[in-house]
Order: sequence, then C-alpha cells, then structure tokens
Amino acid sequence: MQKKEHNVVGQYTGRLDAFGKVTGRALYAADRCFPGMLYGAVLRSPYPHARILQISTNAATRKKGVIAALTASDIPGARVFGVVVKNQSVMAEDKVRFIGDGVAIVAALTEREAREAVGLIRVEYKLLPAVFDVEEAMKPDAPRIHQGDNVFIHHKVRRGSIEKGFQEAEVILKRSYRTQRIEHSYLEPEAALALPLPGDGIKIECCAQNAYSTRRSVSEVLGIPMNRVEIEQATMGGSFGGKDEVMTSLCCRAALLALKTGRPVKMVNTREESFLESYKRHPYILYYKIGAKKNGRLTAIEARIIADAGAYASMSPFVTWRSAVQAAGPYECLNVKTDAFAVYTNQAYTGAMRGFGSPQVNFAIESLMDELAQELNLDPLELRLKNCFTEGSVTATGQKLNPGVSLKEVLQKAAGEMKWEMKRALYEGEKRNQDYIKRGIGLACSYRGVSLGAEGIDAAATVVSVQSDGSVIMWSGISDMGQGAQTAQAIIASEVLGISPDRITFFPVNTSRISDSGPTVASRGTIMGGSAAKKGAETVRDSMLKEASIILDESIDNLIMYNNWIFSSKNRTKKTSFSALAGECFNRGVKLFGFGWHKSPSTTWDEKTGQGQAYFTFVYGCNVAEVEVDTETGQVKVIRIAAAHDVGKAINRAGVEGQIYGGLVMGMGYGLMEEFSIQEGEPQCYNFDEYLIPTACDIPDMKAIIVENPDPLGPFGAKSIGEPATELAAPAILNAICHATGKRIRELPADLEKVLLDHKLKRISKRGSEEK
Amino acid sequence: MITINFTVNGQKKELEVKGTATLLEILRDELYLTGTKEGCGKGECGACTVIMDGKAVNSCLILATQADGSEITTIEDLEHDGALHPLQEAFIEAGAVQCGFCIPGFIMSAKAFLDKNHYPTREEIKMAIAGNLCRCTGYRKIIDAIQLAARKMYGEKP
Repeated sequence: MQKKEHNVVGQYTGRLDAFGKVTGRALYAADRCFPGMLYGAVLRSPYPHARILQISTNAATRKKGVIAALTASDIPGARVFGVVVKNQSVMAEDKVRFIGDGVAIVAALTEREAREAVGLIRVEYKLLPAVFDVEEAMKPDAPRIHQGDNVFIHHKVRRGSIEKGFQEAEVILKRSYRTQRIEHSYLEPEAALALPLPGDGIKIECCAQNAYSTRRSVSEVLGIPMNRVEIEQATMGGSFGGKDEVMTSLCCRAALLALKTGRPVKMVNTREESFLESYKRHPYILYYKIGAKKNGRLTAIEARIIADAGAYASMSPFVTWRSAVQAAGPYECLNVKTDAFAVYTNQAYTGAMRGFGSPQVNFAIESLMDELAQELNLDPLELRLKNCFTEGSVTATGQKLNPGVSLKEVLQKAAGEMKWEMKRALYEGEKRNQDYIKRGIGLACSYRGVSLGAEGIDAAATVVSVQSDGSVIMWSGISDMGQGAQTAQAIIASEVLGISPDRITFFPVNTSRISDSGPTVASRGTIMGGSAAKKGAETVRDSMLKEASIILDESIDNLIMYNNWIFSSKNRTKKTSFSALAGECFNRGVKLFGFGWHKSPSTTWDEKTGQGQAYFTFVYGCNVAEVEVDTETGQVKVIRIAAAHDVGKAINRAGVEGQIYGGLVMGMGYGLMEEFSIQEGEPQCYNFDEYLIPTACDIPDMKAIIVENPDPLGPFGAKSIGEPATELAAPAILNAICHATGKRIRELPADLEKVLLDHKLKRISKRGSEEK
Repeated sequence: MITINFTVNGQKKELEVKGTATLLEILRDELYLTGTKEGCGKGECGACTVIMDGKAVNSCLILATQADGSEITTIEDLEHDGALHPLQEAFIEAGAVQCGFCIPGFIMSAKAFLDKNHYPTREEIKMAIAGNLCRCTGYRKIIDAIQLAARKMYGEKP
C-alpha cells in the first residue's frame, strides 16, 4: 500500500452540515420562532442628508398590535458603534446620512402590523446639502458628513524614490481606472431574534458574521456587560464579508425592543430593505503611473486610490490599508509610492466584501500591466514572468517574502492549462477576419496577505471535546457562513486523532461559550481556526495516548492513531478502538477536553514610512480567461476560465474547488454585469430583478488548479482560498476582452453598453410610463 | 379569511387564510415547513421553489388561495426517516452545498425537471435551474449533482 501523507486531510470530501441543508432541516435565523414573539420593523431615512428636528411615535404606538416604538433617545447606552471608528448610529440621533439610514423601530404582534406602524411615525427633517461624488466630497467646501474632514483615511506606502524610478524609465504610462459599487447578494437576508434573559441579559440568535464585534456593540448600546449578551449564530445563508455592521445594528435594534417589551423579538429584512441599508463593496477611482525599461523591467509604480466610503466608516480604514499594501501588485519594483484615501459621501456605506480592497487594485494593476505589455510589444505573460515575485523578493512595503513564493508556478500552470501561447497567437490572427464574434484570452495574477496582518490582533480558539463513547463535539470562535469552516476544522482534528470526521458534531459560534476569536474575515478561517483546532485536538490526543500507553503496555512513540483505532506499530495485536479508549479515559478521570488557542506570528507597520511586515504569510494566484465578444451587441461570453491558487495545503479538496468556482463566478459578475447604481443618493436597484448576478446559464467552463506548497505557519501547511478565489476573474476577463476587440475598458463592469459604446447608458430619472 | 383545501406532502390540509397571504407564507408560518426559504419575495431568486401539481413554482408569487385544490410538494417530503432522495444524496456527494440557503429551491426545481426529463444534458440542466440564484458555489457542482442524480435515478440513456 502506498503511504499517504495524510489520512483525512486532503482525502475526506464530505461536509458536516450537508444533511441538514439538503433536507431543509437546517435552521436559519428567520426559520426560528419563540412563544410570545413580537416582530420588529425599521423606519429608514428617505433623504440622503438631513437634520432630524423632531420624531413623533404617538400614532404608531396607538396602532392596534403595536407594543413599542423606539428612537435614539430610548437607547440606554452608547448611541453609536463601530469597530474602527465609532460613528455609526443604531438609530439616527441628530441627522441622517444616507437614504436607508435607520431612524426608529417598532415591535408589534405581527410583521404586517409592525411594518404598517413604521409608516405612522412622523419625522420632521431639515434637508442639508448632500454630496455624492467622491472627488467633490474631498474638496474643502464640500458638505461635512461627520465631524472632521470627509477624507478620514490616508494610507501611504513609500519605497525607494519615485522620482528616480521615473527618471530611469524608458516608457511611462499614466492611466486611470474606476470600479463600481456592488452588493454581496448573500441569498439569506439579514435576520435576528432577540430573547430577553432573566436579569436584563439578552440572547440573540442571528446570522452575524462577526459575533464578537456584534456582541461588543450590543453590550455598549444596551449599557450592560459583555457577559450578559450572548450572540449565537444560526445556520448562515452566506455573508461574503457582508453581515458585519448591518447585522450589528439589526441585533442592537432587536435587543432594544426585546428588553423594552420583555418579549422575544424577531427582525428579518426583506430583500429590498437589505439592498437599501446593507453596506456594499467600495467603488474606487484609481490613478496609476508606471515606469519601465524597454526590456520590461519595472522602475516605478505610483498609485493614488480614492475609495468611496459612503455614510459611515465601517471597515474602510482596513479595506484601504490592504489596497495600499497590495496596490503595486506582485511585482518587484524598487520605487513605489501609494496613497489610498477613504472619503465619506451621502450614500450607502461601504465595508468588507470578499476581497477586501484587493479586487479594485487588482483590476487596476493587472489592466495596467497588460497596457504596458502592449506598449512594449511584449506578451502579457512574459512581462509578468519578468517582474513577478520569486523566492527572496521584497514587497512594496519592504517585506522579504517567506519561502514558498509560487507566483511563477501558478502563472505557468494556469497559462499552460489554457494553452496560452497557442490561443494568444490564434486569436491575434483571427482579428483580420470579418466575423462579428471576436475571441480573446487574458490573464491576471496576484499575491495576497493572509489573515488580518497589521490590521490588528490575530488569535482564535477551538475546542475539541471527546465523549466517553468516542463521539466528538467541537466548537469554535470562527464562523461558518457556508464556506465550510466547521468541516475544515473537523478534518484537521480528525487527522490528529486518527478518527473519521463523521464522528464530530460541530456547534455554531456562541460568544458566551468560547473566547473571542476575532472576526471571521480575511480568509483566516482555516489558517487560524484550523491551527486552533489542531492544538485542541493535540491536547486530547496527548492525554489519550498517555493512557493508551499504560493500557496497552507500549511506549507512546510506538502508538499510532488511525482509522478510529489506536495500535502499536511494533505489535499489531496491541490495539484498542478509539471509542473503547475514550471510555477507559473517562473511567480513569482523564481530561478529554482540548482548548486550542492560536495566535498568529507578529506583523509590523509604520504609518509614517508606509513600510513593514504587513502580513505573516502570503498566497499566490492566477486566472486565465477566454472570451467571445459579440461586437454587434457588446455581449461578452466567458468561454473558459482556469484558476491556479497556491493554498498551501488543501484540507478539503471539494471545499477548495467550491470556493474557487464560486469565487470565479462572483468575480465574473463583478467584471461583466453587477453594479449597485446610486443616483443622487437613491439606489437604482432594490432586488434581483434590477441587480443582476450570474445565473447557471452565464457560467463558463471552469478549471480549478490547486497548487500545494505547504506553509509551516498553517495547519498541515494550509493557508487561504476564500478571497483569493474571487479577486482575479474581473481583470483576467477584461484583459481578454481587450485582446478580442483591441479596446481597453478601464471602468467596471464591462457590460453591453461599455463594450459596444465605450460608455455607460444612464437611465433617465423617470421613464415615460412613470411620469407623475 | 378564506378557507382553502390542498394537499401538502401527501397530507390533506384545510386552512383559513388571508386573501393576501402567499403560499410561501402559509408553508412557513402556518405549516412550519421552513425548508422553503424567502430570498427575494418577488420570484427572482428561486429559494422558495416548491412543486405545485408537478410544476416547479416560486411559492412567493402564488397566493395561498391559488393553491386551493392543488397538490404541493416541499423539500421536507424528499427525505423519509433519514433516507434521502437521490437528488439529496447527489448534492452531498458532488459537494454542491455551501451556505445551503438556496439548496432546497434548487433541489425542488431539479426534481420537477428530472421527473420529466430523465436523461438531461448539462445545457438542459442549466436552463432548468436558470431561475434559481446561488452566490456561493458558482453553480458548477450543483449542475454536477443534478447530472449525478439523473444517473442514480434513471441510469445512462438507453
């Protein structure tokens, strides 16, 4: 028998939660009910910027079925929250800052009564001048949205001398790019159920992505200690970074109503409410200048990046920091200058979304690299191979990369899979044909810092608890939003304990049952939660092996845990089943409980110099896309796309593939069709009839290439895949479109009108049939 | 209030409903069949798909009164005492499940489709689920799962 490196890791392909999800038994937050439960509803601002002069809830409270109506003045504790900047209102107090800002809340016996009562709340507003254009908002005379300047974040990266770099350049390109606002579009709208606990405590069952930051805010808003606020995740119907602040405010509101009424309160957003109030991915304006020698070697990269933060700070400080760090792409360049700004405007706020500041800069730098290749008459792949990071490379922030820099490997594997050279030449030759369908092939690559990096403290906890019958319970502070974090951790624990993952029951995050493990973001679930699971399992393994050594009269070093058995490698008759050993350990009072705590290696950052060890490790990826462009309609069809990602080690191969396919299609939506358009502060889409995401009919033939260079800093060598999977499809597709048509599109999305007409068609505010 | 009589998962039901109530609301709030999900409320996402008289429908677009006299099948009827329908098995085996919120809808669309088309091509499967949105999986493994289920149920095309 060939010896496998691992028995469960990379082998097991199931999912712990699949049975519940295919049978409809899994309970999502909106599926739950409690006796005496009330329904909550929210009144939201119809104006983008207005002072609140007066609010009257009298008519609402008098309505049949209404039990409570609350405004900001009813909040016992803090009236604002925020992880980085505390300026987001639970309910607007003095003024509203975007159309959709929450103003008042109602609890009633039925959902219908609650929604109707909201309409009876009278608010007197004084309209204020509003600002929607991010560059207008940067001007000194622009309306101020919060105290202080609208430009509230400026991150810098400085390496070498940008002047010297451009002097050395033989070719200099200046280009600007724009990206659009998009909606996460998790299929499950936000939902929370708040239950009053005896003695002024509160339990909230909900779909918050980051239960701990939500708990902190609820505790501050209610003015009660954190141990009186218990947040428990229900099964989550997707998040993609999107169920953070919007869930925090929903949880605060449900908790306020529950404590006020002394009854359970359920709040569920409709899709329209979700689109209106939830945050989006930041639209960016990106001004780039790049210098290179004629042979293609880069001499200087300069980037000025402006992120539209909308009405509240949310995660903008961290999103734009990642953008600043990664703006120069995965290329060796001695002279780099990056400035990234986040700016308030009076529209839907923007925050974390899968990618977190990388999709925007990747689109810009990867488009720019193709433009430079064309200018230098070089193949885009060749230009990248000439400049890309390799072992020992130093990044724009002065960080020497850890061993395992596999950028060339992923580039070559993805390009090889797609027959890059042959197709590039073939489609080039087809350009002279008269056919209205043009074909093209394009690529994009990236490096990405894993986990939080210098954004903050990075540690996570997981518990492995073996029962006396040999079954296992696990729980963790890392959320499973659908990505498969529980299964990945269960596989890791199973590998350590030599058991099958099917023995494990995994409980969802509950803030009162396990240590604050930070947010489940930044593709840190596997590397951080998995490392904690490994440590927790190792604790139990060690105590079980010690006991087995006594029972079997064999040295620990000779004992093997494999396939639910413990046996001696020297004498196979010395064996016991995992279940029997667990029972024996229990009878002898051996601790079968392992608490795993993993803290990441440290990172550094100097805000002044824009230099530091930004992340403790990195992943590398490449997408190659092949398109057909209908030059008579502007329609782009992605025919095939290959994605090569170095994940370190695939813990669950099926899970990694699922992340890659899902990420590619989400990236394709970003590249070709999605845009959450807002005009004069008013969203132009409120549901999936107007906001289009890819359907099964839109998907290309996809090839996932899993590259494994195990990283000593990850559990069994594993790193990340969640965000890397979605950050490259858009630039690869746009580069392919340019290859097909010869036209460079510098603004996302490349929808029909942009491909056909080079510009956006604007919807006139009222169509003929809608005239008043 | 209006009285309706219909069959849900093989059981006859008589319910008093509001004229404005949708089939989705009745299934979830009155019959506690919460496997059927509300994702958009206007027939765009397919998370609320159930089978009504043999056809896959968006239950958010059907008034409860329209369901009077009809036969409804929801996701809850596919598993019996832990024994899964081949579609459910296939979704697990193909790794088609991530967050799972859309999955009951996909399975019901696929069931209505496979009941009529035993040997579908991938393109036919894509059309059959074009009305179901998924944001996690990129659809690839969902299509694989439906193809696998067809083979489990009907074998290779003769």
